[in-house]
Amino acid sequence: MGSFGEYLANIGRSIVTLGDGLAVTFSYLLRKPFTIQYPDRSEKPVVAMLPERSRGILEIDVSVCTGCSMCAKQCPIDCIHIEVVKDEETKQRVLKRFDIDVAKCMYCGLCVEACPASGLRHSHEFEGAVGDVKRLMLSFVDKPQPVAKPAKKGEPKPETAPLGSIVRKLLADQWKPGGSP
Amino acid sequence: MEQLSNYIADYFELSGLAREIIFAVLILVVAAVVFIVALTISGLLTLAERRVAGRIQSRVGPNRVGPLGLLQWLADGLKLIMKEDIVPAASDGPMFRLAPYLVVVGVFAAFVSVPFGQLLIAADLNVGIIYLLAITSLVTVGVLMSGWASNNKWSLLGGIRAAAQIVSYEVPSALAVLSVVLLSGTLSMQGIIAAQGGWPWEWYLFHNPFAFLAFFLYFTAAIAEGNRTPFDLPEAESELVSGYNTEYSGMRFAGFFLGEFANIYLMSAIATTLFFGGWQIPTVTPEQQAASWGLQIIGLLIFVAKASLGCFVVIWLRWTFPRLRVDQLMSVCYRYLVPLAFLCLLANAVYLLVVPAGTLIDQIIHYGTAALGGLVALIFFWRVLHHIRSVGDRLNLNVLARGKKLRFDPSIQARRYGRFRRKKFMKETN
Repeated sequence: MGSFGEYLANIGRSIVTLGDGLAVTFSYLLRKPFTIQYPDRSEKPVVAMLPERSRGILEIDVSVCTGCSMCAKQCPIDCIHIEVVKDEETKQRVLKRFDIDVAKCMYCGLCVEACPASGLRHSHEFEGAVGDVKRLMLSFVDKPQPVAKPAKKGEPKPETAPLGSIVRKLLADQWKPGGSP
Repeated sequence: MEQLSNYIADYFELSGLAREIIFAVLILVVAAVVFIVALTISGLLTLAERRVAGRIQSRVGPNRVGPLGLLQWLADGLKLIMKEDIVPAASDGPMFRLAPYLVVVGVFAAFVSVPFGQLLIAADLNVGIIYLLAITSLVTVGVLMSGWASNNKWSLLGGIRAAAQIVSYEVPSALAVLSVVLLSGTLSMQGIIAAQGGWPWEWYLFHNPFAFLAFFLYFTAAIAEGNRTPFDLPEAESELVSGYNTEYSGMRFAGFFLGEFANIYLMSAIATTLFFGGWQIPTVTPEQQAASWGLQIIGLLIFVAKASLGCFVVIWLRWTFPRLRVDQLMSVCYRYLVPLAFLCLLANAVYLLVVPAGTLIDQIIHYGTAALGGLVALIFFWRVLHHIRSVGDRLNLNVLARGKKLRFDPSIQARRYGRFRRKKFMKETN
């Protein structure tokens, strides 16, 4: 009887365990799927759903940039290119070029930590697909402009443009008709 | 089909040779229709499989091609047709090319004697169920041939495993079918359905406890014969790189693929015929149904609904259970299924001798078995509810999860980033 009892117990055990396994998978059919249907079937754009400190494409608000080049010095892969020249007439330092090569950037965030004016930050934007890798060299300065004065001790840091607005505009420009694909 | 041919011939008042020609043409037409219907069914099943798999894994599944992703299978088929047909240089050319046809023919020829409705059957053979058991064995030849001709050791292993598995599992499956044949006293598919009734307690599933057992034996063995997942050793992606069809691509691969999915419908349709009362409508006798077109269509829908439910169960099993080992596979067959199938056959025979049909005891046993089945279903759904509650989720009966109606739900996001952020996140989003 012993081995036959074991035989029957095997059958009973397999029925119970298989049935319970089926109940587990069936319960998933009655639940909501976890998927967020990127890109177009979520109520909010996915960019708005990212966590607060997620590191997207870098952006700089040049209106607060002091031209100190701390970020370019910190960058381990040299993807930030800054040119600051002295204007002979006004004797002011002028920001001539502030380019970030997003294709090279590895999102380490060292430059953001280094920026004394808090003008450089990670936006939440991540959709940077373009037809040519050269177009990922984002230029944040259109025409040369004088650098901002560094804030003195105790003064509040200057206001900056809303997070992501600058880089979103630049990325949209990459897709303007007439450009090379 | 003979009836249809005679009807047409009588309508045009034909005789002699013309009658024969009409019959011959009709054979071709019906064959084409059956083939197309079977192709469509297997195509839709590939989509159903992916959707169900998605939901079980908490995903959505393909939903972009057409409404609800309903055209995904056409896109997949088109892709496979456009692909290059590669025949490996070291393979046995003619056999390699022939094998997928045997698989397709083996499965699709079986559709000839599968009923869809009371009058919707290509050929109601008087040996219907034996024909089905026999013709599906052609698949074994095709699979073994493809495994051999590929000249690839994994493919060969897959082919040999398939042959061993299918031959072994034919035994319990045929014995379980024989139990039903005993009960109904006929081999014809339509005859077996006509011997049952519309209500669940009139089905052979609930005829007696041993018929109930026979259904599970048949279903398990049929899944094993169809190389579906708890028993998919011949394909076994993780060990055999998809087994016998490794070397196939394009349309030839599609042949194996469609054959597999047509086989799912086939086994569900046979189970529906044998155990679930086929196209029978409650309170309607077969004679009444034969006389009315409306009832015919309802019967068709009932049959297809039952068969689709069977297909769903097969797919669901695939995404629940892990694969067996080879020794376990043989152990399940010869130590459990075969003895139990013999027990079922014997017990059904004894039942027919001891309990005369139509008596009160017979009725009570029908109702009792149906109640047993209901109890099993209730316990099952209680467990399902238990599993949902244990996670703290709510029921969501929107099974298809239509994309456009999908609301942004902050709680999904909150779950993603952990409970401690939930409050903050809810505040931000509201």
